[in-house]
Amino acid sequence: MAVATTSRADSGASRGQGLRDAVLMVVCGALVWQLLHLWAGEVALSSPAQTVTRLGALLADPDFWPNVLETATALLWALLIAGVGGLGLGTLLGVHRLSGQVAEPLLVAVYALPKITLYPLILLIFGLGMSAKVAFGAIHGIIPVTLFTLNAVRNIRPVHLKTARVMRLTPWQALRGVWVPAALPEIVTGQRIGFALTLLGVLLGEMFSSQRGLGFMIMNAIGLNDVPLIMAIALLLAVFAVLTSSGLLFLERRLGARG
Amino acid sequence: MRSALWIRVTLVVGAVLLLEALCRTGVIQPVTMIPPSRMAGGLIALFQNGKVYPPLTKTMGNVATAFVLSVGVGFLLGLMIHAAPRLRRALDPWLASYYAVPFFVFYPLLIVIFGMNDLPIVVIGFLFGVVAMLLNTLNGLDRVAQVLLKTGRVLRMGPARTALQIRLPAAAPYLLTGVKLSVAYSFIGVIASEFILSGAGLGYTIAYAFNNFDNLTMYSLMLLVLLIVVAVNSVLHVWEQRMLRQRGLLRQG
Repeated sequence: MAVATTSRADSGASRGQGLRDAVLMVVCGALVWQLLHLWAGEVALSSPAQTVTRLGALLADPDFWPNVLETATALLWALLIAGVGGLGLGTLLGVHRLSGQVAEPLLVAVYALPKITLYPLILLIFGLGMSAKVAFGAIHGIIPVTLFTLNAVRNIRPVHLKTARVMRLTPWQALRGVWVPAALPEIVTGQRIGFALTLLGVLLGEMFSSQRGLGFMIMNAIGLNDVPLIMAIALLLAVFAVLTSSGLLFLERRLGARG
Repeated sequence: MRSALWIRVTLVVGAVLLLEALCRTGVIQPVTMIPPSRMAGGLIALFQNGKVYPPLTKTMGNVATAFVLSVGVGFLLGLMIHAAPRLRRALDPWLASYYAVPFFVFYPLLIVIFGMNDLPIVVIGFLFGVVAMLLNTLNGLDRVAQVLLKTGRVLRMGPARTALQIRLPAAAPYLLTGVKLSVAYSFIGVIASEFILSGAGLGYTIAYAFNNFDNLTMYSLMLLVLLIVVAVNSVLHVWEQRMLRQRGLLRQG
């Protein structure tokens, strides 16, 4: 009963080729980085080798881990709120057609808004600290998750739902056999974009006002102009972001290609 | 469709009135939030005494530059990558993960490279906007009907004319979606950079007012940003819907 809503799965590329491409892209990226380093100079941009060394030293430093833990905790809570909340809200709005029509343009408008302008409001409500960061990350993430889930549920083809009715499936069977497989690929897309924005929100929150966390460390490093430290944290965040996002992308393609 | 519009308007008006009532009756303290009517009054006052113009022009200038650059470069890169399927397959997962990387951390490096001026902010706005345009250009080019391209070949059009007279108009609705996202992302990139890192512009002025407990200025400017973004977005949305309807592409929601 698998239903594909996307057909983006590239059937031609084998897994080996994909891996070779990825390695090639990393090498190219490092090369460009090295050239930029040579062009901009030591003060502006540390070299890839320097950055990796600095990152290694950072990871061995016990003082570094509480900051990672702080950011990770905030991210986890924000992801939980955005992911589960957006999923529930999106499903409700997708099933109830009129409320979906009413809410969608409003959600799109909020999505386009630079939410950083609302950060002072969140700080005034939640005060400085963990809850403000979580709230700020969550409002970044929850809107795309809701929008994608809404569209995923609404775009299930009526013929599939009719088939479920004709076959007299119980609500539970219809959910498992029709609704979930039909909507899942697009829901995963929403979760992937929601993840990216939640991470951005948490880091922005930490950069603007915080006493702990990776964003705070970056702001400190900017103040001290400690370029290798900035680059090391940026590299760590980029690797984490790309790996998580690629994992979700892989899942999405697998789900999309099943039909 | 009409009833949805009315419900939406009622909902928004109701929310604003509720907020007004809650603020006026003191359920929401003035240190947290001021009533919407006072925000509007504060905004009008800022326009009357002219204090709003320097940050407003600065921010809008930066957003406009970032937006034009990201749409132009995004479209050209999209055309190039579309013509090279092998490259596209290699780039695909990276493009999909692009927005997960927080660019603000590169601001200090951009300052050293470009100097202490508006350029680093424009670059961040550009970096935010360009990939949205690129991805939508690819999407649009994918959907150009084969028969149109064949017609072009029959008429012996060169690659430049094919791109300009067939691909561009045929992909236009999807390009417009890219344009819409690029505007939003340029705004987000520019205002967020100003907020955290710079010393001028609307974002900075809001952050400065926050640090000085100047809630009136802060909320007035927040309202201004909200109004600008919603206005720009609605104009583009209406244009996009009209284009989609003309081509019979509008999804019947």
